[in-house]
Amino acid sequence: MVARGLGKTYRVADKQPGLGGTLRHFLRRRHRDVPAVTDVSFTIQPGEIVGFLGPNGAGKTTTLKMLTGLIHPTAGSATVAGYTPHRRQRGFLTAITLVMGQKQQLIWDLPPLDSLRVNAAVYGLDDSEAKRRIDELAEMLELGEELTRPVRKLSLGQRMKAELMAALLHRPAVLFLDEPSLGLDVNAQARVRQFLVDYNRRTGATVLLTSHYMADITALCPRVLLIHGGRLFYDGRLARLSERLAPWRQVRLELAQPLPAETFHPYGELESLDGAAVRLLIPRQQLTEAVARLLNELPVLDLEVSDPPIEELIGRLFRKGVVA
Amino acid sequence: MASDWRRYARTLRRFWGTALAGQLEYQLNLLIELLAMVGNLAGSLFVLSLFYGNSSGGAGTGLGGWSWPEAMVVLGVYTLLDGVSSTLLRPNLSRIVTHVQEGTLDFVLLKPIDSQFWLSARTVSPAGLPEIAVGLALMLGAGLKAGTRLDATTLALVAVLLLSSTLILYALWFLLATTSIWFVKTWNATEVLRAALAAGRYPITAYPAGLRTLFTLVLPVAFLTTVPAEAVLGRVSGPWALASLGVAAGFLLLSRAFWRFALRFYTSASS
Repeated sequence: MVARGLGKTYRVADKQPGLGGTLRHFLRRRHRDVPAVTDVSFTIQPGEIVGFLGPNGAGKTTTLKMLTGLIHPTAGSATVAGYTPHRRQRGFLTAITLVMGQKQQLIWDLPPLDSLRVNAAVYGLDDSEAKRRIDELAEMLELGEELTRPVRKLSLGQRMKAELMAALLHRPAVLFLDEPSLGLDVNAQARVRQFLVDYNRRTGATVLLTSHYMADITALCPRVLLIHGGRLFYDGRLARLSERLAPWRQVRLELAQPLPAETFHPYGELESLDGAAVRLLIPRQQLTEAVARLLNELPVLDLEVSDPPIEELIGRLFRKGVVA
Repeated sequence: MASDWRRYARTLRRFWGTALAGQLEYQLNLLIELLAMVGNLAGSLFVLSLFYGNSSGGAGTGLGGWSWPEAMVVLGVYTLLDGVSSTLLRPNLSRIVTHVQEGTLDFVLLKPIDSQFWLSARTVSPAGLPEIAVGLALMLGAGLKAGTRLDATTLALVAVLLLSSTLILYALWFLLATTSIWFVKTWNATEVLRAALAAGRYPITAYPAGLRTLFTLVLPVAFLTTVPAEAVLGRVSGPWALASLGVAAGFLLLSRAFWRFALRFYTSASS
């Protein structure tokens, strides 16, 4: 999968709030061009699992839609499984799948099995082949009699698993997953995650995954793409991302007695202060010196140095909107 | 190619199988739809009978020069077409707007199957079938009463013209539904079409000259009902039937081209 300088600009209505604004807009439409994605380039090898990170509105979904051929890019080009997505050739469509956590393709009033049979026909699978694949996926996802119960009576987790079945019945080589674990409880999230790992191992499928749950990303994706403001600014190993995002380390202190916040300013950035428990962020280069001074100058009972958790780093990044 | 036909045929069977199964989940709804159909038909017959004073005659000047049984043929064709739209067109095409609004059109576009086929044939509603039967009976029965000879040629001609009517109606409806790609929810254009089609209940000559032009040239309501009715009454020749097929094919191709064009503007509802 290759993206070269991919870009998408939307025209949006420029409308003032209120009735007056609405009337003016109705009479004379004004539009603004808003770039949703700008100059995104990357290459993903077959069989890779890549996490696609970014805050809401960063351009993740737009990029996924360009890669799946749902929208035409306004700049650049993409190649997925050897095809140009927006041409939507049959070979391309049978090679990919898109799972969207907030949209569903299963028929609401009927059991998942009915939807699966429709998909089998659409993808030209004969009955015995379809049955074999349904059995295999059902076993991997631990679905049984749920497949014969109307979708509206399934729990969110069961429904998501059935959605995955419907999306994977044609054995796509490239999986696009947009928030597949949205709204699921922790257990269901973990099961979906485990399934994706198994599926990738079994079929060698390429996976591009967006998720709001960092646990999904850390468990699944050795490599991440980070997008912000429509631009790609990190592409590499998740482990290295923390160095890049956080040239500091986290120091936890346990003090003999509580001290006021100002006390810690000379040593580093104060993250939290809870009585005698303190969390500081200290630049990597000054770590040794700062720790030595802390131990010398303050009544320290216990000290622990660690990497700040990746969720926190990314959250920080998205809040502040800057790269370190 | 042959395997593709088989795939589409199998898909259609699954489509309709699941559609029927889905509706059987709501029996009451099905019953209500049937009742609504009966009510509609009774209303139309009543209005027509008002025009003709009593139904025994047939000698009067009638509606736009059409005798009572002749006008009944038109009503029969209308009922038949309305039945087809209740069975196939409305259930499918009214969903397009929803697909665009909710972004589920994505799933359709990602399937290796013609998206227009999917959107046009995904579901079927049996509630319209009795209407088709009633329309057919009314059309042929009234035709016989009007003194037409229903020989093989006439029937073939009628079949061809009804096919074109259905295709024209479908293509128009699909064209309008396609505009939802741009207008999303502000515009439920299909209702306008239904209202216009309702004008086809009565012979086209029953309308004032201005409306008659509108219904012939702008909205082909005349094509939809009056022309097939004329065929039942033996007043249409072969070339006419060919011409109507040509018009239908033209509209079909236009609807396909327009759909492809519209997809270029589809941005898919955001999450």
